[in-house]
Amino acid sequence: MALPIGEATFPQPFKTGLAYSVLSCGGWPLVHVGMLVPEAHLIFVCPQNCLRGVTLVAAQMQAADRFSTVAVLEADVIDGDMEALTIDGVAEIIAHLPKRPPAVLVFTNCIHHFVGTDLEVVYATLREKYPDIQFTDCYMNPIMRQSGLNPEQTMRKQLYSLLKPQAKDQHSVNIIGNNFPMDASNDLMQLLTKNGFTPREVTTCQNYDQYQAMASSVLNIITLPVALAAGKMLAEELDQPPLFLPLTFDATEISTQLQQLSAALDIAPPDVTSVKAQSEAALAAALADIGQTPIAISFSACPRPLSLAKLLLDHGFNVTKIFADMFISLEAADFAALQKMKPDLELYPLTQATMRQLPRTSTEPTLAIGAEAAYYTGTGHYVDLIEGSGLFGFNGIVRLAQLLQQAHRTVQDQRNLIQIANRGRGCLL
Amino acid sequence: MRQVAQITPAYTGDVSGVCSALYELGGMIVIHDAAGCGATYSAFDEPRWYSHDGLVFVSGLTENQAILGDDQQLINDTIESAQALQPKFIALVGSPIPMITAVDFPAIARELETATGIPTMGFEATGMHSYIAGAARAFAGLAEKMVREPDTKTPALRLNILGVTPLDFGINGSAQGLRQVFEAQGIPVQAVWAMGASLADIEASANASVNLVVSAAGLKAARVLQQRFDMPYVVGVPYGPQHTAKLIAALQQTLGDRQNRVVGKVQRDPKTVIIGESVTALSLVQALNLPATVLCPVTSDAEILSQGVIKTNSEADLLPYLKAATTIIADPLYQPICPKAARLVPLPHVAFSGNTYQTTMPALITGFEQFQKQFGF
Repeated sequence: MALPIGEATFPQPFKTGLAYSVLSCGGWPLVHVGMLVPEAHLIFVCPQNCLRGVTLVAAQMQAADRFSTVAVLEADVIDGDMEALTIDGVAEIIAHLPKRPPAVLVFTNCIHHFVGTDLEVVYATLREKYPDIQFTDCYMNPIMRQSGLNPEQTMRKQLYSLLKPQAKDQHSVNIIGNNFPMDASNDLMQLLTKNGFTPREVTTCQNYDQYQAMASSVLNIITLPVALAAGKMLAEELDQPPLFLPLTFDATEISTQLQQLSAALDIAPPDVTSVKAQSEAALAAALADIGQTPIAISFSACPRPLSLAKLLLDHGFNVTKIFADMFISLEAADFAALQKMKPDLELYPLTQATMRQLPRTSTEPTLAIGAEAAYYTGTGHYVDLIEGSGLFGFNGIVRLAQLLQQAHRTVQDQRNLIQIANRGRGCLL
Repeated sequence: MRQVAQITPAYTGDVSGVCSALYELGGMIVIHDAAGCGATYSAFDEPRWYSHDGLVFVSGLTENQAILGDDQQLINDTIESAQALQPKFIALVGSPIPMITAVDFPAIARELETATGIPTMGFEATGMHSYIAGAARAFAGLAEKMVREPDTKTPALRLNILGVTPLDFGINGSAQGLRQVFEAQGIPVQAVWAMGASLADIEASANASVNLVVSAAGLKAARVLQQRFDMPYVVGVPYGPQHTAKLIAALQQTLGDRQNRVVGKVQRDPKTVIIGESVTALSLVQALNLPATVLCPVTSDAEILSQGVIKTNSEADLLPYLKAATTIIADPLYQPICPKAARLVPLPHVAFSGNTYQTTMPALITGFEQFQKQFGF
């Protein structure tokens, strides 16, 4: 099932077919993302099988009091009155809440799409009935993953759809689309704070007012491609220009991005000489510890695993395996470079049915970056990195090198990867 | 509204129920769905995912395939994987969207069986029923298709134990305990459907003389086996020595008179409430010799409900009973809707709280007395 990168095609090296659900999948559930809106209540209107996972995620987050459900039954589908079911169900839940929430996120799923539920009527009715509550439409509809925006892109967009226009604060900047707060010491955050800007992220908002204050920002920084649609929406709705600075591990690209940000904010670009040297030193220190230990990387660790692999190979590490079903277009240059640099670098699919038969052990001690890489190689030495986990820039590389060293020295229980309660995150449901 | 859950989680659905019933038997299970049903099963409903390599996959249904009625991708992908993996059987499992588009699973199953030569079953799960309904369909499917004529028919008591999945019995040794309880009494067990048994054991199930149904998930299969092989059944779970003795007496009686039996009847008491799967909950109050109100929020059967078990459909249905109770035996995730003054005796149920309390789920088959002592029953 392994394919040398030298023989692989970009961006999709593997054919699709029956899919294996990787137990230790590294994405974030929709529930986690929705819960990022402080004080909001989440209501899922779906069939029982679809409710099962999300209800347990909420329970394991100790957030069941912010989460309710309306089960869709066969009779509802046959009757065709899904609008009444949704409106009445939501109304009943609101009536029994101990405190009126400022916002309600209503999640519908594939079945509403297929029976033609008139969601415009649903939301118009709810907004009229509850003028003190903001409603937004959210979707758990994986069947639409190849039809326009996929569920992840839609969720990141809807997460900001509740922001109401307000006066701009010229020293307020948003970082949108991340499920983890930015590391305060990373290059991007340092550049903002040292120049007197207040960085705002939904992940650090403590209450609904703080969330709404994101509408005052003059710029939206996007580091993950999955949040581009959110940026576009906010540009239209709130007149907040987007600045796409995709997470990268390439030194030249990092320097360019910091210059782009400086230009957008009309500030002097930072001198990166020192932090760049620190990143080189950190990688050298990590290499001294880790040596030629094989390293495996999976797609969920960051959207550009090939950029990460190239950084590590450039600095003498022994990256041997990449787990990804496909790559994003930004990875084209790194893919081509790696084909020349290390044509025997093994690519593995994440979800192909045959992956169920992979032995899930390694012949020699392996260091994994990302949950699937740890799962498939069976190693207890792993960095539980998800979507970059708030790393950015040269300081992000310093932090990554430290995490690699830490993982190399420490054996973790693999089961932590599959316990959502332990990990605080799990499969994309 | 009966379908609203203000704070409690959803029970495992029928899609996962099918998978759970068949997981250990060496078949390839294909859920015809976009993605979510497979993720839910592996992450929340299958505690054996790490310890036992079952072959459970998702077809990756897309909007276009569903709208165009394109089943060919499912068929091609299933054939390709079956040829690579050589499973002992194939099981196709429906989900909400195939229900809407009326995918004909039995027909596709016939087509796959012809193409691969591998026995194939199609299960029209909809994702809108509980795991009991799904597991019941799966066990009944095995009873219809896989169980062969008996090699020998013994007049002595020999059991199949029907309706065993980790969703009701966990992975704490209860499944092995079920077999040991009877074998210790000199009663051989042909097959435990379906934990700790091979497909060959299940295929030879007609060699048994009586079926013991230990959850409502086993009832449909018991009826199929009765129809096909004239095997009567008894319903009940061997919790504790006294209730086990009653159960064995009922089995002996049934072996003689060929009459089906449900062991036990609820003596209603509003002060004590137990929430759970109907057969296990009914047997537990019998074993504890406890007058109680027995509430079943998942699929059951009139034959069991007639013993005094109350079927509930929602949080709203449960609340009046809980308000009247001073002792509640239930999964800990029911705590938020229990009256503060009531005592909650925690009885984790994988089909409700998944892996949340899996490690503290009591092994009631082998550790009944300990449970009794711990909670003062």
